[in-house]
Amino acid sequence: MPTKLVLLILLAAFSAQTQAKETPADNYKAYCIQCHGSEGTGKGVNVRDMTVVPRDHTDAKAMSGRSDETLFKAIKEGGPSIEKSILMPPWGATLSDEEIKELVQHLRMLCKCKFG
Amino acid sequence: MKRIIFVALLGFSGATLAEGGMLQGSCATCHNTKGPAAQTLKTAFEKKGPDLFYAGNKYRQEWLVSWLQKPSRLRPAGMYYGGHIKAGVKGDEIDASTLTDHIALSKADATSVAAELMKMKPHDDLIAKEKIESGTVPKQMGEMAFNKFLGCMACHLIEPEYGGLSGPELYTAAKRLQPQYIASFIRSPQAWEPKSMMPNKNLSEVNIQKMVHYLETLSKEDANAN
Repeated sequence: MPTKLVLLILLAAFSAQTQAKETPADNYKAYCIQCHGSEGTGKGVNVRDMTVVPRDHTDAKAMSGRSDETLFKAIKEGGPSIEKSILMPPWGATLSDEEIKELVQHLRMLCKCKFG
Repeated sequence: MKRIIFVALLGFSGATLAEGGMLQGSCATCHNTKGPAAQTLKTAFEKKGPDLFYAGNKYRQEWLVSWLQKPSRLRPAGMYYGGHIKAGVKGDEIDASTLTDHIALSKADATSVAAELMKMKPHDDLIAKEKIESGTVPKQMGEMAFNKFLGCMACHLIEPEYGGLSGPELYTAAKRLQPQYIASFIRSPQAWEPKSMMPNKNLSEVNIQKMVHYLETLSKEDANAN
């Protein structure tokens, strides 16, 4: 019994130190909608003066042309990493790989599409 | 004589109380004055104003004194933009009805609050890592960087009427912020605020220096006087 208690305390201490994982919906709301829009249609509050408009995440045709790996790379390393706009920044220091993977699945939900 | 000293002492402690009192009282209703920074998005979404617990590492004192007397909006879409947008004809737009103005302080209050804020320096370690070299960046080069090379304009106004709206305006940044803070924040926004909306763009040392210099140039322009 005391061993279990020690383990529980250790576990609590450990989880308090690691950054809490956010839900994909919250991450999308925090970092994506400013440009991609609250509906995901690419019409965010920032787009007025942009020379390249952000991707419409609900556009099944365009989104099915990108693999999950490409989307992951774009989010983690930014637009230029997939030969797209510099206006899409890298989020690799903001999001964990796991959070980015979940965000890719969130995009698949928005476009109701798969790669290919 | 003793009585005069006593009254003077009372007055002094009253003033001290008022300073600490205002910061931890009315300021603290909208600002994080004690730290730590938000560790979850839920907390970050609820922020009504920037964190002040490291104000002494961040702001220029003279700017604080003047801004607190005549506050103007620095973040067009508020602290967390997501809470201040609505669907418009062309897409999302700012819902101005949800934004509140910062209260204006008297000169005396602004001066004493600014002095208190400048004492709050928990991140001296981060500031000490930054060495700002002198230099200038031609206006055209700076503009190119903001637009084409780095893409800062996606989220920030880089001129009064040009750029993105979710982040704070950049054309007054060097007037408001200490150069070492600017460098440190660009280098790693997450070192200051784990849930910052600002991405780490992995800028080289040379580019960080250039950004500081260009922000200084921008802030000195008459058109951007604020």
